[in-house]
Amino acid sequence: MLTNYIKIAWKVLLRHPFYTFITLFGISLTLTVLMVLTSFIDHLVGSHYPEYKRERCLYLMQVRLEDSAKTSASQSDMSYSFIKRHLLPLKTPEKVAVVSQWAWSNAYVGNKRIKVKSKFSDATFWEVSDFTFLEGKPYNNQHINNADPVAVISEAFRTDYFGLDVDAVGKTIEVDNAFYRVIGVVKSVPVTRIFTSAEVYLPYTLPKSNYRKGEYFGGFNAIILARNQSDFPAIKEEYAASIRRIKFPFQEGPWLKAFYIESEPLPYLDMFNRQLLVGGDSRVFYTIIGLVMLLFMLIPAINLVNLNVGRSMERASEIGVRKAFGAPVGTLLGQFVIENIFITAIGGLIALGLSTTILLLINQSGLILHSDLTINLTVLAISVLICLVFGILSGVIPAWRMAKLPISQALKA
Amino acid sequence: MISLNNIEKVYRTSSIETLALANINLHIKAGEFVSIMGPSGCGKSTLLNLMGLLDEPSRGTVEVGGQVVTQYRDKELARLRNQNIGFIFQSFHLINDLSVLDNVEIPLLYRKGDSTGPSRRKLAEEALERVGLSNRMKHFPNQLSGGQKQRVAIARAIVGRPSIILADEPTGNLDSAMGNEIMNILQGLNTDGATIVMVTHDETMAKKTHRLVRLFDGSMVGDSILMSNA
Ligand SMILES: Nc1ncnc2c1ncn2[C@@H]1O[C@H](COP(=O)(O)OP(=O)(O)O)[C@@H](O)[C@H]1O
Ligand SMILES: [Mg+2]
Repeated sequence: MLTNYIKIAWKVLLRHPFYTFITLFGISLTLTVLMVLTSFIDHLVGSHYPEYKRERCLYLMQVRLEDSAKTSASQSDMSYSFIKRHLLPLKTPEKVAVVSQWAWSNAYVGNKRIKVKSKFSDATFWEVSDFTFLEGKPYNNQHINNADPVAVISEAFRTDYFGLDVDAVGKTIEVDNAFYRVIGVVKSVPVTRIFTSAEVYLPYTLPKSNYRKGEYFGGFNAIILARNQSDFPAIKEEYAASIRRIKFPFQEGPWLKAFYIESEPLPYLDMFNRQLLVGGDSRVFYTIIGLVMLLFMLIPAINLVNLNVGRSMERASEIGVRKAFGAPVGTLLGQFVIENIFITAIGGLIALGLSTTILLLINQSGLILHSDLTINLTVLAISVLICLVFGILSGVIPAWRMAKLPISQALKA
Repeated sequence: MISLNNIEKVYRTSSIETLALANINLHIKAGEFVSIMGPSGCGKSTLLNLMGLLDEPSRGTVEVGGQVVTQYRDKELARLRNQNIGFIFQSFHLINDLSVLDNVEIPLLYRKGDSTGPSRRKLAEEALERVGLSNRMKHFPNQLSGGQKQRVAIARAIVGRPSIILADEPTGNLDSAMGNEIMNILQGLNTDGATIVMVTHDETMAKKTHRLVRLFDGSMVGDSILMSNA
């Protein structure tokens, strides 16, 4: 049955090379854009290097303080002191790591200035993430306690500073007029992973981190690693209880007298949605993405519908014969939809090749620093789903019109 | 085998109504070979379509194989056609994109149950043997002569072993030598037990059947048994 359909679909394709070319061109282009988009989203929200434990993590970037009337509020990253008081003592998480927002620093090689992103972190930071160390090791609690001037640097920075594949551990770097001994080199992290991406990682206890500044507001974020996702509510509850004990009101900075605090650790995607969509959760995000993709498919799909409908009379004789010899409408409908999915699948394969090439080019171009865009299993599965939706979307209407053609009329042609 | 009772068929288009058939009562017994004649546009194809459950009458009832067809539900009709009826058309209606063998297999594709790939293939090969085309199975329709195409169409009509064969001017597009060949095959099938109804313009073809029904302007104007053949 299926081979019978595919044989015909194939012949129909070969019969009209120009039409086939136009059709496949449209399908491939559409699917390529969607696959690249899918890969991009996966790159942003999936669990990738070095944040492989992202599914088990809650993130807390900022706290929000409000005045008595809740009319004016202030929102900022947290001070180390706040994290120390309200996050590090939590019992429910497996681990809590502290890491600063990145700061721009300057390093010099000869006369050449290299602009680098630096991050300050605690030792736990290396445990909630899974960095690949090309050489050396991360700094540990002893380094932290001693405030040792040590640094873990990225591969890209090592190349810029010392040269390609030159060992760096044990050597000294100068960043913003301070000297650090390199103790580890990690594979570079894509710039889109804001919690882990940097060129120079330093112990937070170094004076330059300003970790002693601020009661509430400061420059730090927290990554909370849960034993598993089902612990999330308990962690949130324990944290909420902890901030409920804060004594209000208090003065934060010169302008704000704080009466209320709003702060909730969230899964990675939820955290961004909270910021971008103002309170939206991940379902809203995926719904919007889905709708955008569907809309994007619609025009090429309608185009394909038109072409198919326009050519359906060409198949009248076949339809008449199949019906006369016992094909129910539903079976014919299935045949034409399968044919269309077959065509879409060919387009999908072309698109897969195109997307892979485009993603490779993006990765190599450095358009997104250190990006690792790929068609992985997740992206592939979603792409197949997209192809199916497209195939059905563009196949059902013409198929329905063809399948409903009265037999006597179909056989007259 | 087939009964048409008080049949009327009206074609309605947006502007006109055509009374294609009126007051038709026709009973065809199992094993009969009936020919239908009449001028162009008198309703022969319409009549055959009603017998073949390809179309619905405006009034009256159709009986096929002793079963009154009252419910014109698509799925049910499709099943009845698939099991009971084989069609042969003037313009062959072969699917050009499929090989001869694949064309012949089509009725079996829509048969529930026993139709595995190899068993379908075997039945199709047998049907093609029956019409003398064993050596053309891998060919495509456009590589065949008109007579060969019609023999493929006959193989397709008989592959599912239906008890009824409906042929609408099967020799209309063929020269007389090829026409005779087709007629011989049909006579052979009838001898083997098939009930055949054939529309034709050709008196000599009609004379080879058991019974001749004449239509004129949507009405039956003659129904004669041809004793010499019966
Ligand atoms: N689908 C249809 N719609 C409208 N009129 C039709 C249709 N099919 C046939 N007719 C009309 O019904 C009459 C009988 O047609 P048909 O059965 O095809 O005649 P025949 O096969 O004897 O030449 C003709 O007048 C024809 O124009
Ligand atoms: Mg006719």
